[in-house]
Amino acid sequence: MAITFTPAATRHSDRGGPAQPMLIVENLRKHFAIKADRIGQPGQTVKAVDGVSFAVAKGETLGIVGESGCGKSTLARLLMQLMGADDGSIVFDGDAVGEARGISVKELRRQMQMVFQDSYSSINPRLPIRDTISFAPIVHGMPKTQARALANQLLERVGLDPRQFGGRYPHQLSGGQRQRVNIARALALSPRLVVLDEAVSALDKSVEAQVLNLLSDLKDQLNLTYIFISHDLNVVQFIADRVLVMYLGRVMEVGPVEEIYKRPRHPYTRALLGSRLSMDPDERMATPPLSGDPPNPVNPPSGCRFRTRCPFAEDVCAGTLPSLADVGGGHQAACLMADPRSGHSRAGEFVEESLPC
Amino acid sequence: MTDSTLPLARIEIERSAAVERGYWRSVLGRLRHDPTTLVCLGLLALIVLAVVFAPLLAPHDPYATGISRRLKPIGTAGYPLGTDELGRCILSRILYGGRISLFMGTFPVAVAFVIGGALGIVAGFYGGRVNMAIMRVMDVFYAFPSVLLAVGVSGALGGGMVNGVVSLILIFIPPICRIAESSTTQVRNLDFVEAARASGAGAWPILRTHVLGNVLAPIMIYASGLVSVSIVIASGLSFLGLGVRPPEPDWGLMLSTLRPAIYVQPWVAAMPGVAIFIVSMCFNLVSDGLRSAMDVKM
Amino acid sequence: MLYYILRRILYAVPIALGVSIVCFSLVYLAPGDPLQTLLPDDTPPEAVAELKAKYGFDRPVPMQYLFWLGNVLTGDFGTSIGTGRPVIEEIGRALSNTLLLGACAVAVAFTLAIIIGGVGGYLHGKVSDKVVTSIAIFGVSVPNYWLGIILVIVFAVELNLLPAVGMGKSGSQGFGLDLESLKYLILPTITLALVPLGIIARTVRASVAEVLGHEFVQTLRAKGLSERGVLRHVVKNAAAPVLAVMGLQFGHLIGGSIVVETVFSWPGTGFLLNNAILRRDVPILQGTILVLALMFVLTNLLVDLLQTTLDPRIRRA
Repeated sequence: MAITFTPAATRHSDRGGPAQPMLIVENLRKHFAIKADRIGQPGQTVKAVDGVSFAVAKGETLGIVGESGCGKSTLARLLMQLMGADDGSIVFDGDAVGEARGISVKELRRQMQMVFQDSYSSINPRLPIRDTISFAPIVHGMPKTQARALANQLLERVGLDPRQFGGRYPHQLSGGQRQRVNIARALALSPRLVVLDEAVSALDKSVEAQVLNLLSDLKDQLNLTYIFISHDLNVVQFIADRVLVMYLGRVMEVGPVEEIYKRPRHPYTRALLGSRLSMDPDERMATPPLSGDPPNPVNPPSGCRFRTRCPFAEDVCAGTLPSLADVGGGHQAACLMADPRSGHSRAGEFVEESLPC
Repeated sequence: MTDSTLPLARIEIERSAAVERGYWRSVLGRLRHDPTTLVCLGLLALIVLAVVFAPLLAPHDPYATGISRRLKPIGTAGYPLGTDELGRCILSRILYGGRISLFMGTFPVAVAFVIGGALGIVAGFYGGRVNMAIMRVMDVFYAFPSVLLAVGVSGALGGGMVNGVVSLILIFIPPICRIAESSTTQVRNLDFVEAARASGAGAWPILRTHVLGNVLAPIMIYASGLVSVSIVIASGLSFLGLGVRPPEPDWGLMLSTLRPAIYVQPWVAAMPGVAIFIVSMCFNLVSDGLRSAMDVKM
Repeated sequence: MLYYILRRILYAVPIALGVSIVCFSLVYLAPGDPLQTLLPDDTPPEAVAELKAKYGFDRPVPMQYLFWLGNVLTGDFGTSIGTGRPVIEEIGRALSNTLLLGACAVAVAFTLAIIIGGVGGYLHGKVSDKVVTSIAIFGVSVPNYWLGIILVIVFAVELNLLPAVGMGKSGSQGFGLDLESLKYLILPTITLALVPLGIIARTVRASVAEVLGHEFVQTLRAKGLSERGVLRHVVKNAAAPVLAVMGLQFGHLIGGSIVVETVFSWPGTGFLLNNAILRRDVPILQGTILVLALMFVLTNLLVDLLQTTLDPRIRRA
């Protein structure tokens, strides 16, 4: 009955080889219809995710950042196939998801798992946590005793003594302990890719650091790939290899973590980074870099989504929807200023204002 | 050294054992501190025992009539609660009648719990068109005041105990279904059900492991509150001449046949109603106590 | 807002149709041939044939329903087996008596419930809490037919203060606005009002206590608003849930009236229904239930609309 914890790669065959990205997302789109409030008025749509494309390499951590309401959580649910996309494709290790010759949704869910944000509502209050963790393996055909043994191993792995915690109910655990249970559950199927949706956002700072360290350790030990969704730029900087910035359902900028944090090319990214609190009195700002709330996603601005809050906005920004343009160093930005031929007066100008990191 | 660490270790173990006790244990713990509920539970247990052992406890044959001893007052020797219009012993008839009343209180609710609960859970879990189809039909039945529907259905069917049970089941399905649907919809949208779906589980394992455990308690609590309603309506149907037929000793029917006697022996005539009231109130209070012990908000 | 109201009204139409289908099928629930159920036993064969054609009993069931619905919509509910009079006439006369009794019970129950529950919630002490809860438990547990009998025993038999049954002297069917007639109204009103009184008082107490516990009330008090001003806010916020329960309790009143009217021989729809059951007068049974159920649908619609004007949050749901 000895179950050894082998690295993920040996259990699920690495079909595509190391050069094949773990996940390729192409033009993903999800709009929600809102019912009409008055007679004769057409129903409106919320463009929660509006044409998002990106790739995640094997073994890396992709951080996705953005303000609340930018579509991060919808994106996570689309990736997990918890809701159907309106358009776009997802390719997992070279296999298209949900297509006849690709990978089935059920198989995808064995290889890709998710850690939810709210550690209260994401664990069944009526089950001892050991049963919560062993649920998925049992569903996938593992004998019960074996699944329980696996659950104990996983609890130990995430730093909870199975003898002490295995029979407890969620309300008997602290927030950090519950999030550890969440992580253990996600690992129960030995996934290769884990989507972490605001996985540490609800935790105290000290607990957050512990859980982040745990995640880093698990990633190395189990050869995992992470998609780490958060609104906290500091956390993303700590854990991510590459960063993707979202605003109102669209990708604003994507690139390696040092590139994004040291040489942000999109005014939105700069504003986000600028709005981090600084401990240095000389860095204190008189005016906040971002004012107001994000526009209503029901009625996003035409052209560039960010132009209504952008200090460099010009008439051309209202007419053209910027696409991701390469700016070197594996770094792409969806801003007309990053495209020399866009017609923006500052196009091609490298707006470098060194930012404190 | 070892002497001082040993008790500490034991305390640790005891505490973790206390923490590990399940949900139902904590419910029992809370019930133990609720005197009203305990008293009612005890009273109900006594009533159930009395009714089950009615043949041993009843002083007389509940069907034995006697012209010479009609409408004797309460306290008559041998007839502690008096006699009815045909000279039958009221106490014996109330004891035997409890069998019918308890059955009419629990059986229709139990059947409606199974049918309405299943329909509501299915509607809540699958949502969409399934939900629409089930809940719109329920809305129609919900649009009837329950007593009116019970009277209408059993009146059209022609009375009798079986028809009474059918009509009671019919009126309890819609409200139970609604509660089941709304609790299931709530649970279905929680992240742990999403997480279960994300693990690749099909509908049945998710229902069994993650949904049922969380919705059964509120549905059961709600249904337990209907037991007293069922007893009152069932006796009401008998009172209207729609339920149990004479000469069966049913509390509602006894009230009805004793009604002309209120000018002769008013308090004897009120006795069967006392029985209905006590049982109905006990069930109500027990249901309320269970609700707070199980911490169910509705 | 207008859109919501229209949608809510449109939504009531299929419900009303569903109610009519259920009432229509009551005849088919009855054992035996539906035509026989609807006619006296001694009806001559030619009359049977005529009615068969008129009500479409020779057609398939869905057609029969449409026939029946058409007749009902034009006010033809059939003929009473017991009296031979049109059902609509019988119901009309009884309904006015039921409405009188119902209106009195509603007035008593709702007013007392708001006072008792409001005071209980506002003082939110242990004692007032217990009193209101006890009244509520008593209200939901007591069988109202038995309560009626007890009241008759106490006030009519033992004390001889009030009349036991009927609606006026010498079995009169009309109601006069004199003191004598009023006496006949007292006991049935109390009996009918008690159940809703308990349940509504409990809801009022709970919602008043809940609103008072909200932070915005503390803010109002901190701002120096007078207790009367605070009370106005509380009433505004507690009204919606109370209204919802009141709407439901109106249904209980309709149901309760059946047994209460039977106990007091009050010549309303409940009494009519009871007689119809004893005589197996299915046309009356069907017609009365349809009219009462439609009244309930209409009340619920009104309550819903009133509730949305009071609490704009409900509109979205």
